Amino acid sequence: MALACLSDAVRDLVRDGDTVALEGFTHLIPHAAGHELIRQGRRDLTLVRMTPDVVYDQMIGMGCARKLVFSWGGNPGVGSLHRLRDAVEHGWPHQLELEEHSHAGMAAAYAAGAANLPFGVLRGYRGGDLPARTRVATVTCPFTGEELAAVPAHRPDVGIVHAQRSDRHGNVQLWGILGVQKEVVLASRRTIATVEEAVDELTPVPGAVVLPAWVLDAVCVEPGGARPSYAHGYYDRDNNFYREWDSISRDRDAFRAWMDEHVLATVTTA
Amino acid sequence: MSAYTADEMMAVEAARRLDDDTVCFVGIGLPSLAANLARRTHAPRCVLVYESGTIGSKPDELPLSIGDGELAETADAVVTVPEMFAYWLQGGRIDVGFLGAAQIDRHGNLNSTVIGDYDRPSVRLPGGGGAPEIALGVRDVFVMLRQTPRAFVDELDFTTSLGDRVRVVVTDLGVLEPRNGELTLTQLHPGVVAERAREATGWDLRIADDVRETATPSGDELRALRSLRTKGDA
Repeated sequence: MALACLSDAVRDLVRDGDTVALEGFTHLIPHAAGHELIRQGRRDLTLVRMTPDVVYDQMIGMGCARKLVFSWGGNPGVGSLHRLRDAVEHGWPHQLELEEHSHAGMAAAYAAGAANLPFGVLRGYRGGDLPARTRVATVTCPFTGEELAAVPAHRPDVGIVHAQRSDRHGNVQLWGILGVQKEVVLASRRTIATVEEAVDELTPVPGAVVLPAWVLDAVCVEPGGARPSYAHGYYDRDNNFYREWDSISRDRDAFRAWMDEHVLATVTTA
Repeated sequence: MSAYTADEMMAVEAARRLDDDTVCFVGIGLPSLAANLARRTHAPRCVLVYESGTIGSKPDELPLSIGDGELAETADAVVTVPEMFAYWLQGGRIDVGFLGAAQIDRHGNLNSTVIGDYDRPSVRLPGGGGAPEIALGVRDVFVMLRQTPRAFVDELDFTTSLGDRVRVVVTDLGVLEPRNGELTLTQLHPGVVAERAREATGWDLRIADDVRETATPSGDELRALRSLRTKGDA
């Protein structure tokens, strides 16, 4: 597979109305890819993500999303996501449907999708008010009779991740906090990985995972493509930006002005 | 060193309740402060587990997010999120789990989902995240929450996680523990009278007959606490 240009990859692989999962558990969040989706004006997306943070706040505020499937929607260590709140509380810029899970449920649903199973099973969703508000059912263990929670597998149309690097063939290597990166790639019908750099050889790194080129539809070199999230070994999380986002995103006009200047007026570098 | 803040009192009192070798599921903010304080003082072998997949993290600076790079760099092991929740939490490997919330009731049930109606909330909160399974998957749940009538409520707007395993609630005024199926005030922090804790509680708060005063934070505790700064703070 030849390395691709991100704008071409998004144009070819992401369609209006798709179910799209951009993953990254605080680490390796594919911000550059999210911004390209915004610039190309994708609409009616069902956005899936365990921890929708700033990049999903931006996509929701720019009107890309019809529905959000998630388990924790906040700005880590800072507070609320104000664009998400505005959509849920006031329908701005339009109504947003929610399908809410727990982290354990989302993780099981991705793992089931990667394993080509119809549902994930876990000891969870017991009691409380969430089960009545989401897609969860009970299955009985055929061996012990124990009742367990079943969550429908995540099978996104498109899975998007960021990683540290690839080789020239498009084999992708990532390390540090791995989140559900491998699961989302293997659960999705079409996949895009952005990487910090392309290298001649993927030398071993402790704890690293390699996604073979043939499970990816596009690999795009996007240096800094996770910022303000981070890429372990390349740059740190920009904690100050996450704090600043709180005030930028509180106000609709300030939000739009920021997006105009920092996202819509820019182009991808690759 | 005698003056200290309410947050510092909360962190110190929660830290005192963590034993050496305790495996502790830590969230961001006060729980992370408390667990790291325990690790820096009386419980150096306390194992800090963050839900991003880091096991045995030993950060020098406190993380802002549960996935900051230093947590992985200083960890004994880094596992994926599905593995964290399936093998380690559901697998019964975690002793203590810290939870926070917007609301708590007298049974230790927590709401971190919405204020108001679910479909038309007045405040959409971040949601449960790991809490529903942490609440039932660890041996002991520790809650850290500032005590106000808005937070300590007679009836939750939404039940995110169950209180079955809540063993202690550390607040800015004192400590509540379950006695006969209801959270009961068992400690008051120095300078706090029971009436103030009652006024800060949305239900008719029971006061234990043997309610005692929390020990004042020591100089050593405060020095260790203040040496922990959050990454990115000036």
